[in-house]
Amino acid sequence: MDGTVSQILGFPDELSVGLGYIGIENYGMFQEFDAVFEELSPKNMSSPSTQFATSRRMGIYEPVHQISMWAEPFRGNSSPNTAVSTIQGDAKLDKSEDTSQGTIGPLENHDQEANKPSDKVLRRLAQNREAARKSRLRKKAYIQQLETSRLKLTQVEQELERARQQGVYIGGALDTSHLGLSGTVNSGIATFEMEYGHWVEEQNRQNHELRTALQAHVSDIELRILVDSGINHYCDLFRMKGAAAKADVFYLMSGMWKTSAERFFLWIGGFRPSELLKVLMPQLEPLSEQQLLDVGNLQQSSQQAEDALSQGMLKLQQTLAETLASDPVGEDSYMSQMATAMGKLEALVSFVNQADHLRQQTLLQMSRILTIHQAARGLLVLGDFFHRFRALSSLWAARPREPA
Amino acid sequence: MEKVMRVASEKGVVIFSRSSCCMCYAVKILFHELGVNPMVHELDQDPEEKEMERALSRMGCNAPVPAVFIGGKLVGSTNEVMSLHLSGSLVPLIKSYQTLT
Repeated sequence: MDGTVSQILGFPDELSVGLGYIGIENYGMFQEFDAVFEELSPKNMSSPSTQFATSRRMGIYEPVHQISMWAEPFRGNSSPNTAVSTIQGDAKLDKSEDTSQGTIGPLENHDQEANKPSDKVLRRLAQNREAARKSRLRKKAYIQQLETSRLKLTQVEQELERARQQGVYIGGALDTSHLGLSGTVNSGIATFEMEYGHWVEEQNRQNHELRTALQAHVSDIELRILVDSGINHYCDLFRMKGAAAKADVFYLMSGMWKTSAERFFLWIGGFRPSELLKVLMPQLEPLSEQQLLDVGNLQQSSQQAEDALSQGMLKLQQTLAETLASDPVGEDSYMSQMATAMGKLEALVSFVNQADHLRQQTLLQMSRILTIHQAARGLLVLGDFFHRFRALSSLWAARPREPA
Repeated sequence: MEKVMRVASEKGVVIFSRSSCCMCYAVKILFHELGVNPMVHELDQDPEEKEMERALSRMGCNAPVPAVFIGGKLVGSTNEVMSLHLSGSLVPLIKSYQTLT
């Protein structure tokens, strides 16, 4: 009884065959199929009962005014009746019931009195049927495509909204810089972006758990579990970044996967460990004498290691510029120049890896120096710090701009 | 390999390097910052480059440069040096070799 589009479109070929037999001789019918689909769109469906009353007899749910067109003098043969009766749907063709209705009647009457159809007419009928069938299938496929696209669009919009709220930079996914020469998206980077989105969500969840636990003054054993999870979560990030560096080191170095405010602090693909220690220290007091000494040493060591890596990067820039600046003579020379330059770019991957290694080692050393309670607080402080950066980036992106 | 071990013992801190390797340069800078003047042996300027490379790889250095020896003993590559330094264990190793102030 429900004359929805999908139900109608769900009818298989029996319907099309049936319809094909019902007086389709008029070439204009093909355009009418488009009109049928027009009619079947939700906006045109008013009260199903009045519209479809007659059509129930045929087992086909069509608008009434279309039926009359099909009730043309039927040319044909006895088999259509069986074809029509095989149509899916609840109403079968009820010959006995049908008397004065101008729809089915002609079918049966003409069955008896019709002239023998010529070959030409039969062939034309068959062709019409086929064309009409193809037209219906095309329409069906198109509508299904539209439905799928609409769903996809809704999904993407939802993801966008979610990510905006987290302050993740969305433009990175559409950044053509990680499209390969063939124009396909770098799957390693696409994977990283997706995983990073999940990583941030998990980070926020863990942070919330830490805060709750600290406020509730849970035992050290419970805290240790949370701290270990937190450290492992960061190690996951470094692992993900390692894979991404192999896929596209420039993407990682650009910090496009981070929010805008975070990018301001970018040092070889992330935060400087020594800077993070400066953020942590005041929040971890009171520290013992030994702890103060150890953290101080850690900060200094990290700074020295960072400086060494920075200088290595500068050297890399210098040598790359020198490589490209010289004017190669001959094609071999050009090739070898490019090969050298490519080798330099490869070295970037190892610098990013070393920078992440520094971050990881700093984290591990801190967990060694601090008590479990301090470590839990430390992770919370870090988590909040990063979260505020992301929030700041969102605010910045949403700020009202002066019209040009 | 003999040559590697011989060179490694020539000075307190020895870095096997390649002149084009910027990570080797970074490690050298770190030692300078710690007051040490390491001996840098450029493999690409050594006629026995390939054999020395193979020897270093066999000893566990993947890259195989930079390969850092302290007191004639292999410490490792960049990873190992950085880890040691952050844990505070590198400075004690090089104490006797600190010359620069």
